[in-house]
Amino acid sequence: MADEAPFQLLHSELIHYIYQSEHGADTDNARNITKLEAMGFRVGQGLMERLTKDTARFKDELDVMKFICKDFWTCVFKKQIDNLRTNHQGIYVLQDNKFRLLGSLSAGKQYLEHAPKFLAFSCGLVRGALCSLGVRSIVTAEAAVMPACKFQVMIQKS
Amino acid sequence: MAVCIAVIAKENYPLYIRSVPTQNELKFHYTVHTSLDVVEEKISAVGKSIGDQRELYLGLLYPTEDYKVYGYVTNSKVKFVIVVDSSNTSLRDNEIRSMFRKLHNSFTDVMCNPFHNPGDPIQSKAFDGIVSGMMVQSS
Repeated sequence: MADEAPFQLLHSELIHYIYQSEHGADTDNARNITKLEAMGFRVGQGLMERLTKDTARFKDELDVMKFICKDFWTCVFKKQIDNLRTNHQGIYVLQDNKFRLLGSLSAGKQYLEHAPKFLAFSCGLVRGALCSLGVRSIVTAEAAVMPACKFQVMIQKS
Repeated sequence: MAVCIAVIAKENYPLYIRSVPTQNELKFHYTVHTSLDVVEEKISAVGKSIGDQRELYLGLLYPTEDYKVYGYVTNSKVKFVIVVDSSNTSLRDNEIRSMFRKLHNSFTDVMCNPFHNPGDPIQSKAFDGIVSGMMVQSS
């Protein structure tokens, strides 16, 4: 599909921009990650507003997570989440075996140290999407072997 | 056509209220405010009732002597309330539905505007225009 390449390019350019604009980039990794995450948050919020326009109201948290795994993921990454696991106590693990935004990096472990900045935006995306549906959460990502990665969603009960 | 259109945030504070006869503005604020309880009731009733209706459109919330109040809730728990004149009997359910639809479409456009801060009052001119088109033309 033609519309996925611009997103990928824009995303890598975004990372490039964030890391360039900060002078002494290496020292401030955490702040850059936060910035990317915040950008994703806003995008996720807006996107969810649009995607859920024609769907029925959600029953519960699991219903929301399923929507994220299927419709949301398909919209952004052109595929569904490969595996969703939960402990039914507010922790969800979303596994993507071939994560699109890591696709342009070489597979394996060589550039593993660069993975976090390619995942930060997506973490924000998921957090923003959940937040707009009224679910407060913390989202973290980890990649062990490159194109595959896991997102862990911790629901904040309050 | 509507005499008052309101958008209420997830935390139940108004994002946007527009009513036709400006001298009665406070009354419409009151009407919208009281309708929120009914909205809350309708949302929380989901799952308990047998007919599992989880539509975004909530239908007629309550009729008063002069007005009918209709409600709609988005998945992000933002509520839309439309108040119409009771004397306007020609207005069908379908028309109300399509009004909410239009309102929702325009609202998503506002939300996707990167210059809009979610949770702030709506100041979009495009949204204003859509709402104006649905209000009773008083002259």
